[in-house]
Amino acid sequence: MPTYVLTSKCKGCMECVRICPSDIMHIDPGQGRAYNIEPPMCWECFACVKACPEAAIEVRGYADFAPLHHRVVPTRTTDRIEWNIVMRSGSTKQFVFPIRTTPWGSIRPPQESPPPSPEALRSELLSFEPDYLAVESLPTLARPPSGGA
Amino acid sequence: MEDGRPSQTRVVDCDLLVVGGGFAGCGAAYEARYWGRDLKVVVAEKAAIERSGAVAQGLSAINCYMGMRWDENKPEDFVRYVRNDLMGLSREDLVYDVARHVDSTVHLFEEWGLPIFTDPQTGRYVREGRWQVMIHGESYKPLIAEATRKAASEVHERIMVTHLLPDARNPKRVAGAVGINVRDGSFWVFRAKAVIVGAAGASHIYRPRSAGEGAGRTWYPPWASGSAYALLIQMGAEMTQMENRLVVTRFKDGYGPVGAWFLLLKAVATNAAGEQFEATRLPELRQRVGKYADAKPMPTCLRNHLMLQEINAGNGPILLHTERVLDTPEKVSIGWEDFLNMTIGQAVTWASQGIEPTETPSELILSEPYVMGSHAVCAGAWTSGPGDVAPEGYQWKYNRMTTVEGLFGAGDTVGGSAHKFSSGSYTEGRLAAKAAVAYIRDHPDRPAASEEVVEELHQKLFAPLDRYQSRHGGVTAGTVSPDLLYPDQGLYRLEKIMDEYGGGVSANYITNAHLLERGLHHLAMLRTDLDEVAAKDLHQLQRSWELQHRLWTAEAVLRHTQFRQETRWPGYYYRSDFPKVDDEKWHCFVNSVFEPSTGEWRVFTRPYHALF
Ligand SMILES: Cc1cc2nc3c(=O)[nH]c(=O)nc-3n(C[C@H](O)[C@H](O)[C@H](O)COP(=O)(O)OP(=O)(O)OC[C@H]3O[C@@H](n4cnc5c(N)ncnc54)[C@H](O)[C@@H]3O)c2cc1C
Ligand code: SF4
Ligand code: SF4
Repeated sequence: MPTYVLTSKCKGCMECVRICPSDIMHIDPGQGRAYNIEPPMCWECFACVKACPEAAIEVRGYADFAPLHHRVVPTRTTDRIEWNIVMRSGSTKQFVFPIRTTPWGSIRPPQESPPPSPEALRSELLSFEPDYLAVESLPTLARPPSGGA
Repeated sequence: MEDGRPSQTRVVDCDLLVVGGGFAGCGAAYEARYWGRDLKVVVAEKAAIERSGAVAQGLSAINCYMGMRWDENKPEDFVRYVRNDLMGLSREDLVYDVARHVDSTVHLFEEWGLPIFTDPQTGRYVREGRWQVMIHGESYKPLIAEATRKAASEVHERIMVTHLLPDARNPKRVAGAVGINVRDGSFWVFRAKAVIVGAAGASHIYRPRSAGEGAGRTWYPPWASGSAYALLIQMGAEMTQMENRLVVTRFKDGYGPVGAWFLLLKAVATNAAGEQFEATRLPELRQRVGKYADAKPMPTCLRNHLMLQEINAGNGPILLHTERVLDTPEKVSIGWEDFLNMTIGQAVTWASQGIEPTETPSELILSEPYVMGSHAVCAGAWTSGPGDVAPEGYQWKYNRMTTVEGLFGAGDTVGGSAHKFSSGSYTEGRLAAKAAVAYIRDHPDRPAASEEVVEELHQKLFAPLDRYQSRHGGVTAGTVSPDLLYPDQGLYRLEKIMDEYGGGVSANYITNAHLLERGLHHLAMLRTDLDEVAAKDLHQLQRSWELQHRLWTAEAVLRHTQFRQETRWPGYYYRSDFPKVDDEKWHCFVNSVFEPSTGEWRVFTRPYHALF
């Protein structure tokens, strides 16, 4: 039912509840553990799977076209993601991809740069342009007259 | 408060409100802070910005990058490409504006830590196609969310924004917005001098191909509920190209994207007999669309059209021959990564069906329609263009301001500005934010909504909970009631109406004047029934407002489709009563305004101006 939660692993920490873009990971008040309250609104986006600190959430492909017996399992660290795939035949695949080239938290916010002049607000340039365009100046065109193609 | 009854009201006063922390909204928050150091910039988002919006899973490519520093493309080249792909109809001033700025956005992303494929020999980004660059984009959204959290004064999450607020003295000026916190049931009132809407396009307007549990497998995410359009329409903002809805060619069922397969890996598609069918169907296409049939590259909708003709002729399935191109382990890895970074469900589909792409081809299919503004279509708001480029009639001082004062749009929200994708949507958010800061400087007075309007909305927003409380006991357990409709039930009705009358998959994308008339009639009855919508908890309350937003979006789509008496984009939809492209009469925009004071729609045309 796209995502499902393993009873033995879930600690009820709410991380999946916090992150699910569809608002469908909720805590079962009786059990104190998470479950997918609305499978037909699950995108199999794996946001909850990646966020769960206990690796308690897995995905079983949509019942209307995905036969049983397969697994797609991500493990995400600070700079890479590893995918382990079990095919229907039982054969496995593994892929590892980088996710970020700089440390988390290292982005410099815009307000740390020198403030722009009030006149600059009226120009067509965005912040850090034209430098960040890596060309001399912002391209422009003479405005065409109105009145048709 | 078990059912999440409204516990309290929260009022947030700010200078700039950004509705939706997706790509456009994140770009807006960043740029607003750069120009408005002293301003209070607030983001209201219905999910959590690290994984909200269309990029929740990540992406494998940045689909809009010029490469001006290497002389790869000029903004004019991009305008020509988009002009072509949209069958002659885009706001070229807006397209040009995105193109000339987008490189600076991509360079920022790279500096922040987005891994972009780079050719070690040349030092240039690796191109997927002419406009796309390849990325390891699993963390694309968390990355830009980090910048947003640092730039914005406040980010409020799990707030479903339901309505914009008009200024009491000037109803054509925006004064803020209201919404529901779906965690604690509080009512939120945002009061702002300017508002930027980046609340995305819509899936689940049309019935999806997949059924039951699989309904979540739409190409555009199930949480894209058309808020960008509904919020604006109800404020009386002028809309454009709402009939220009999107159908995409995708891997069957899993909806994995085909871009990297066609462009980078150079795979070909054939019919079941192994024939490449596009060339043989060109004569029919020329009859239908004239000169556009020979446009290079072939417009997206026309490629859909040719595939659809082939399927209708009984020559399916259409097969993408992955097995012919995956000749190195590196290419196999690129193929899988393409899905694992942005459509994991396709990797799940392959695993579950035992498809080894090195051995077997995969089926392609055309999706159900979506309504959006940042891809190969451009539905959305009619906005002002940039001062130095936009023709007269296309500009009213503040870039990306809608026809409502102080109300700006970006990303899917803005119409006429196609092919922005992630990088262009972020860029457009930046453009809107800079203009909004200028607007705030020019209009330091604070607009204010009337208290009665706010109180009325407060009652209305939570009414579905009361309805459930007072009426559900009238029947025994279950969800069938004579005088209550639950949000999922209303959604199924909407999807069926749009599918059958508005040219969805079961109607083979075909509609006509009579069908559209019937469709509008049924939508009107659905609107009345939504006065009886019930929510048993806060989650269902969010769903009921999402349904309302989808209904507004759907109505706009039908009205625009009804007005344009031609088939401008075969492969996206067909008017069987006007099957051809008719440049003489219809090389113009179809626009609409819903007038909130009278409840009337006006649909009319606006001229197209070529930029050069
Ligand atoms: C499967 C897929 C593949 C794609 N591939 C690529 C690609 O390879 N390269 C590329 O460049 N682009 C790609 N795109 C396109 C790109 O993702 C979009 O163009 C872009 O995200 C649009 O930006 P946006 O800000 O308009 O919408 P989004 O990024 O979707 O943001 C909208 C935000 O608004 C919030 N929101 C919605 N309604 C409300 C409300 N009522 N109240 C509060 N908040 C609300 C949402 O939660 C979300 O955070 C792809 C998209 C999809 C779905
Ligand atoms: S994130 Fe994992 S452990 Fe935490 S509630 Fe969700 S499933 Fe349980
Ligand atoms: S896979 Fe995505 S949509 Fe489905 S429950 Fe997890 S976070 Fe939500």
